[in-house]
Amino acid sequence: MLHATELLGAKAYDPQGNFVGWVRELYIEPAEQANRIAWYLLERGRYRPWLVKYDQVAFVAPGTLKLNVDERQLIPYVPNEAWLALSKGLLDQQIIDIAGRKVVRVNDLDLAETTVLENGSVELRVTRVDVGLRGAARRLFQGLLPPGTIRRFQMNLPPRTILWEFVNLIEPDPMRRVRLRITHQKLARLHPADLADIMEKLSPAERQAIISTLDDQTAAEALAELDARLQAQIVEKMDPEKAADIIEEMDPDEAADLLADLSPETSEEVLEELPNEEAEGVRELLQFDENSAGGMMNTDFVYVGEDATRDEVLRWIKVQETPSDQLDTIFLIDSRAALSGAVSVGRLLLAEPAQPMRELKSEPLVSVPADAEDKQVIELFDKYNLRALAVVGEQGRPIGAITVDDVVGRLHRPS
Amino acid sequence: MTREDIRDWLAAWGERGDALRQRARRVRRRMALFLAILGPGLITSNVNNDAGGIYTYSLAGAQYGLAVLWALIPMGIALFVSEEMCARMGVVTGKGLSDLIREEFGFRVTFFVLVVVLLVNFGNVLAEFAGVASAMELFGVSKYFSVPLAAALVWLLVVRGSARRIEKIFMAGCLMYLAYVFSALLARPDWLRAALHLVPPVTRWVPHVRDIVTPVPLEPGYFLILAGLIGSTMAPWQHFYLQAAVVEKRVGPRQYRETRNDVMLGSITAMVIVFFIIVCTATTLHATGQRQITHAGDAAAALKPLAGAWSSALFAFGLLNASLFAASILPLSTAYVICEGLGFESGLDRKMREAPIFYGLYTALIVVGAALILIPGAPLVRISVLSQVANGLLLPFILTFVLLLVNRRDLMGEQVNSRTYNAVAWCTSLAMVALTLLLLYSSLLARSSGPSAALR
Repeated sequence: MLHATELLGAKAYDPQGNFVGWVRELYIEPAEQANRIAWYLLERGRYRPWLVKYDQVAFVAPGTLKLNVDERQLIPYVPNEAWLALSKGLLDQQIIDIAGRKVVRVNDLDLAETTVLENGSVELRVTRVDVGLRGAARRLFQGLLPPGTIRRFQMNLPPRTILWEFVNLIEPDPMRRVRLRITHQKLARLHPADLADIMEKLSPAERQAIISTLDDQTAAEALAELDARLQAQIVEKMDPEKAADIIEEMDPDEAADLLADLSPETSEEVLEELPNEEAEGVRELLQFDENSAGGMMNTDFVYVGEDATRDEVLRWIKVQETPSDQLDTIFLIDSRAALSGAVSVGRLLLAEPAQPMRELKSEPLVSVPADAEDKQVIELFDKYNLRALAVVGEQGRPIGAITVDDVVGRLHRPS
Repeated sequence: MTREDIRDWLAAWGERGDALRQRARRVRRRMALFLAILGPGLITSNVNNDAGGIYTYSLAGAQYGLAVLWALIPMGIALFVSEEMCARMGVVTGKGLSDLIREEFGFRVTFFVLVVVLLVNFGNVLAEFAGVASAMELFGVSKYFSVPLAAALVWLLVVRGSARRIEKIFMAGCLMYLAYVFSALLARPDWLRAALHLVPPVTRWVPHVRDIVTPVPLEPGYFLILAGLIGSTMAPWQHFYLQAAVVEKRVGPRQYRETRNDVMLGSITAMVIVFFIIVCTATTLHATGQRQITHAGDAAAALKPLAGAWSSALFAFGLLNASLFAASILPLSTAYVICEGLGFESGLDRKMREAPIFYGLYTALIVVGAALILIPGAPLVRISVLSQVANGLLLPFILTFVLLLVNRRDLMGEQVNSRTYNAVAWCTSLAMVALTLLLLYSSLLARSSGPSAALR
């Protein structure tokens, strides 16, 4: 195994043992092979830099590179946007460690050598990214101590590396992202909360890059986990159409909180892009004070007639596209459409198929008006051990519901 | 009016109310954002008037009287320019200074820069504990009791995460600097003379001015004090801290104007405080022939016109507040800067097991800093002032990195430095280098006395 540091600054020789130049950069060509070092950049004084192709290398060791051709067969260097430069673009930069779910900084790269049978050339592949003390020690002493000494010394340090498969590069420039084949598919598999933590550690441009490559639903979930100011910053920089697509996937109460933080113009633009129904709901929520029951509630809640049977309700829920976190409690309405009860999902599970919902109600029936203070809401949750609480409007009609995670979020939010 | 009319009328009012409520909600959020942004600059410059700062300013005034005042205006401009560059970099790149140095200059350069920053910051931590020790000695409390207690307190406050909450209390404690303003006013200095000393020494060859103004003494001690003055108003660590604070507050380009005003406010406040401390000590100490400050009591005497017998208590309180304030920020900020630059796990949200180097560094800075102060007979004032001189010597290097980074168009886009900014910042760096050379040269010439003679 070799390390990128041991190769950068290495001396390259032709088959006759003549010095050709120093290795200054290593390139991967992601379009060809994801981790193979495709090109080596050689420099020698005032001469024009050359490129060595992967099949022109006969032997590599720390500090030495032997070619199987002489220098006349090398091609002169021309910059190529589709190549990933390891020294400039990867060393010292931040990457996302998918397995560890965090942002780390690259100290060095581990390279594995394989000999190609046909012509005996040596290919190098990046296998791991070093983010620990070993890589740090190699970087520090490279060129100051003999390679052997550095190797022995660093072996005493604890290793910390990430498999290349679990590395996600961050590239703010969308064009380059395509050329370098950087996708964020692996990121989408992370939990939104982890994704949000990662985004908080990155710079604004990098955050923007990540959110723009996620699918709308993942983006919405990750966005909802970010703090208010970051949410606003990210959405302000998106085009309203994309922003609306993402916000549409959010719960209406989260969407309203987010829109309230945007500048009035952006907020209006986004609202116009939202489907009418969605926009109506959010506009309604926007009118409530953030610290009132109306500001905490969600308009996406489930209510059914109290005479419906358990089976009817289950069948109905299945055809609706209700977010599952709104199913903890199902609210009942009477013939005048006023709130008449609440049924917890547990009781629904245990009920007989034909049992009417009316018989499953939890007692007592608690609800709050939209202008109730958040303190009062929290007290009710505490007192009755609620999972969800209905918010009622005129004539006792339910207009929204507050779920326990709205309450927890508020209790936890650092002021 | 029919019932329908009344109902419509009520409905219209209801709608208007809703619109108002909606707007009120926006305004309230805006205000919260604004208040959250306003701050890093002000906090940075206040933290910066720490124990080392107070002693350096006091010593400057006591030793050379008004003859150091001319440096304040150029220093103020340089302070604003250098801090603004860091704040701007924080806003545009969203990255800390050590991260940027690492990304653009590689591991080895970063490593050496950070080792030096660590050493110099450690000197500042020493100064903070020296401040605690000498402040509590004025209250008659032995340093063997006060320093370990302060170290434990600071460590716990920060690790428990409560330091943020008491930040405001420390900020309020900074109002103690007003004592210098009143003390200076009560001491009745010659304000015209003081004002004339603010102009650069070159103009002092003007006939009438020459008669009033003290000539600039060209001696090692004077250069040392100048270096200390610059080092304490423009400490390298405050550049790292400010940029990190701006990044952490998530100031976007839209709120940048507010941040710049905040930095300007901070710079002006800092320089006004320095002005009054120097005028005050010049009038009370220098003028009465008390030119040396060897312990806290000497410096406290500057507050006699205001507080009389209470001057020691007032000074001690202010010094203690400043020391604890800085001690609660400086070691933590240092640990962050080092770990982020070198890529170690960092952050108070991590467990000690997850971020051993971060917590280790943080703890070591406090424990070793406090322990060194406990050495019997440690020269507290000298430690404080020399730590500020070290700041001054490191400053040109840090400024060079800042300048190289802030002029990179690929990083900063349209927000690269203007020519004026570059000129001011390069001049500051060069002036510091010149001052350092002058300091070395003059102390070699006067080898018998040496630069530290000024502090004896």
